[in-house]
Amino acid sequence: MNTFLWVIYPYLTLVVLIGGTVWRYRYDKFGWTTRSSQLYETTILRWGSPMFHFGVLMVLIGHIVGLLIPKTWTEAVGLTEHAYHLTAVFVGTVAGLCTLIGMALLIARRRLTGPVFAATTKNDKAMYVVLAAVIILGLWATVRANIAGSGYDYRETVSPWLRSLFVLQPDAALMTAVPASFKIHVIAAFALFAFWPFTRLVHAFSAPVGYLTRPYVVYRYRDPRGGLRPHRPGWEGPAR
Amino acid sequence: MRVMAQTAMVMNLDKCIGCHTCSVTCKQAWTNRSGVEYVWFNNVESRPGLGYPRTYQDQEKWQGGWVRTRTGGLKPRSGGRIKKMFSIFANPKMPSMQDYYEPWTYDYEHLLTAPAGEDLPVARPKSLLTGRDTKVTWSANWDDSLGGGNEVLQADPILQQVSDQVRQEYEKAFLFFLPRICEHCLNPACAASCPSGAIYKRAEDGIVLVDQDRCRGWRMCVTGCPYKKVYFNHRTGKAEKCTFCFPRIEIGQPTICSETCVGRLRYIGLMLYDADAVSLYASVDDPKDLYQAQREVFLDPHDPAVAAEARKAGIPEDWIDAARRSPVWDLIMKYEVALPLHPEYRTMPMVWYIPPLSPVVDVLRDTGHDGEELGNLFGAVDALRIPLDYLAGLFTAGDTAPVRSVLNRLAAMRSYQRRINLGEKPDDAIPAAVGMTADEINAMYRLLAIAKYEDRYVIPAAHAEDAHRLEAVGAECSLEYEGGPGMYQTGPFGEASGTPVPVQVETFHMLRERQTADEFTDPGDEPRRVNLLNWDGKGRPEGLFPPRSDT
Repeated sequence: MNTFLWVIYPYLTLVVLIGGTVWRYRYDKFGWTTRSSQLYETTILRWGSPMFHFGVLMVLIGHIVGLLIPKTWTEAVGLTEHAYHLTAVFVGTVAGLCTLIGMALLIARRRLTGPVFAATTKNDKAMYVVLAAVIILGLWATVRANIAGSGYDYRETVSPWLRSLFVLQPDAALMTAVPASFKIHVIAAFALFAFWPFTRLVHAFSAPVGYLTRPYVVYRYRDPRGGLRPHRPGWEGPAR
Repeated sequence: MRVMAQTAMVMNLDKCIGCHTCSVTCKQAWTNRSGVEYVWFNNVESRPGLGYPRTYQDQEKWQGGWVRTRTGGLKPRSGGRIKKMFSIFANPKMPSMQDYYEPWTYDYEHLLTAPAGEDLPVARPKSLLTGRDTKVTWSANWDDSLGGGNEVLQADPILQQVSDQVRQEYEKAFLFFLPRICEHCLNPACAASCPSGAIYKRAEDGIVLVDQDRCRGWRMCVTGCPYKKVYFNHRTGKAEKCTFCFPRIEIGQPTICSETCVGRLRYIGLMLYDADAVSLYASVDDPKDLYQAQREVFLDPHDPAVAAEARKAGIPEDWIDAARRSPVWDLIMKYEVALPLHPEYRTMPMVWYIPPLSPVVDVLRDTGHDGEELGNLFGAVDALRIPLDYLAGLFTAGDTAPVRSVLNRLAAMRSYQRRINLGEKPDDAIPAAVGMTADEINAMYRLLAIAKYEDRYVIPAAHAEDAHRLEAVGAECSLEYEGGPGMYQTGPFGEASGTPVPVQVETFHMLRERQTADEFTDPGDEPRRVNLLNWDGKGRPEGLFPPRSDT
C-alpha cells in the first residue's frame, strides 16, 4: 500500500499531467484559454480573482521553497528552523486565507450570477471540487499541526520524499510517519495534477511572460502552408 | 525607408443613409454564431449618439489607444507591460456586456403552443446569456437616428467636448451616420496590448488579425483598442475582430460591407507607407498634428524612388501599380478630402472618412438661401461652426481648419458641377478658389458621385503565383471555428474545444460561378441539408418546399 501511494500513484499522476498537457496542446489549442467570465460580471471578479490568483501564486512559491530546497541549504545560510517555521506559517496563512477568500468569492459569484452559472460546464464544477479540496486540506493540515499541535516539520519527511521522486530514487519509507492530514493533502494534490490538463486550469501554463520582452506590435507573414488543413488526430502533432 | 503595403478604406459619409445593410451582411458573414451574438464587426452609429459600446470614445474612462510618455515615446494608455501583467487577473477597464447590450431572442414557440384562451399569446424576450426572461433595455443601435432624444445624446463624449450652446444648436441642426469597422491601424494598440502575441498585423497587406490558436483570453486587447473593435467571444473565450474580409480581399474582391453598401460610399485601395516612420510620427507632441503626421507616413507610389524601395521590400509589381491607381490615395493625398477617425488615439487608423456636407446645404436651403451657390456655401461652412467643431472632434483632434478645407472642396465640387448640370459655362474660378484645377475637380466628381465599381475598389489579388495557396489560407481563416449550433461538436473541455472540423467553405470562385450559372450546380445535393444562405433561387432543393401535390 505504501509503495502504491507514495511511488506508483505519484508517478502515474505525473505521467498523466505531462502526457495530458502535451496531448491537449496538440489536440486542442483552440480550447486553451482562460474562458474568462468577466464580460458577464465585473464587480465581484475584480476582488475575488486577483485575491485568489495572487494568493495562489504566493502559495506556489511557498511550496517551492518548502519542498524543493533542502533544509540543510536554508540552515547553511543561517536561517534557523524556528525562524523558518515562523515565516512559513505566517506567510503561508496569509496567502492561504487570501486564496481561500478569493476562491469563496469566485465560487459564490459563479453560482449566483445567472450568466456565469449558465456558462459553467460540468468539467468546471468537478475542477472546482478538486481544487477547493486541495486548498482546504492544505490549510487544514497547517492549521491543525500548528494550532492543535506544536507544529510539524514536513521538511524532514515530505520534502525529501518529493525530491526522491524527481531523482528517480523514490523512498516511500519517508512518508510512513507523516500525519494523516498531510498525507491526504498530498494525495489530493496529485489527483489535481492528473486532472489539470483536462480542465481550464491549463491557462496557468501559458502565463504570458514573453510579453515583457517582445516588441509591442507583432507582424506576421501569411502562413506558408498549402492546401486545406487536414483533419488530424491529436497524436500526429501539429502540421508542418 | 521600409516600404509596406496597407489595404485601406475610405467612407464617404455624405452618402450614408443609415440603412445598416453593411452591418447585417457583415453579421451574416462573420458573427451569426453563439458567443458573438452581441458582436458587430461593422456597426453604423448615429452622430450625435453614444456609439457602440456606449461612450467608447471616452478614453478617460476606457483607456484605449496610446499615450505619449514624458520622454516622447508611446505606451498603451491602459498601462505598459508590467502594469498589464499585474492586472491580468481582472482587467479593470473592460466594458461589460451591459455596455454593449445583453443579447436576446424571443420565445416564438409559445405563439404556436400556447393553449387557447382569452389573451393573445405573446413571444417574450429571453436572454441569450441565461435563457431566462429578460427586459430589453438597450441594443447595438438603440439611439439610432437620435432615438432616445436629448437625455441619451447628452452622454455623447464628443458632444461633451463642444460648448453647451453649440451642443443645443447642433442637436437641432442635424444628424449623420458613421459606419465603423476595425481601423486596421498602422500602430495597432490592440496588438500591443495582447500578452500572448496572438494579434498580429499581416506584413503583406496590413490586415490585423487574431490568431485563434494563440489567443488565451486575457482580454487586454478589448481595452487596448480605442475604437472597441476587438470583441470577446464569451463562449469560446477568445478575442475576435473584423478581418477586413481577407478571404475576399485576397482574391481581389471588396469586403462584404463594401460589396453590399447600397450608398456605394466605400472605397478600398492600397496605401504604401514607411513602416520605420510610424512610431516617430505617431508620437508627435500636439494631437492636432497627428492628421498631418499620418499623411507624412504615406509614400507616393508614383515616385520612382519609392517604387524601387517597394520592389526591394518584395512588394510585387502589380501591387505597386494598384497603389498608383488607389482611390484611397487619391482621396487622402491628392484631393485631401478624407480624414482619419480620432487620430488623437495615436494608432494611425486606416479607415478614413469624407465628412458630410449635406446637412450644411439643407440648413442653408431652409433659411431661404440658394443651398448650392458657392459663395453661400463657403460662408455656411464657416458660419455654421457647429458641425465644424463636432466633426473636428471626430476627425482631426479638434482642429477645424482641415475639416473646413475638406468641406470647402466638397462645396466647390458641388457648385462647379451644378453649373455644368444646368448647362451653364463651367466656372474655373470655383476650383481655383479651393486650390484645385478643373480636371481635378472633374476627376473627384467622377470618383465621388459617379463612383464606378472598378474606381471604388482597386484591390490587387494576393500575388498570382501564390493565388492557389492563398485561397487555401483564406479557407482556413482564423475565424473558421464556426460557433453556430451544430456547426462544431462540443468537446470535453467546454464549448468549441477539440480540433475544429474543417468547414466546407465554398471557395469564392465557386460562389461566383454559382451566382452566374444557369443551372443547379450540385445535382447530388438533394439528400443534404439546404443551406439557405447559398441557395441561389435555382432548382428545388429537397426539403425546402413541401412536396408538389401534382406528382
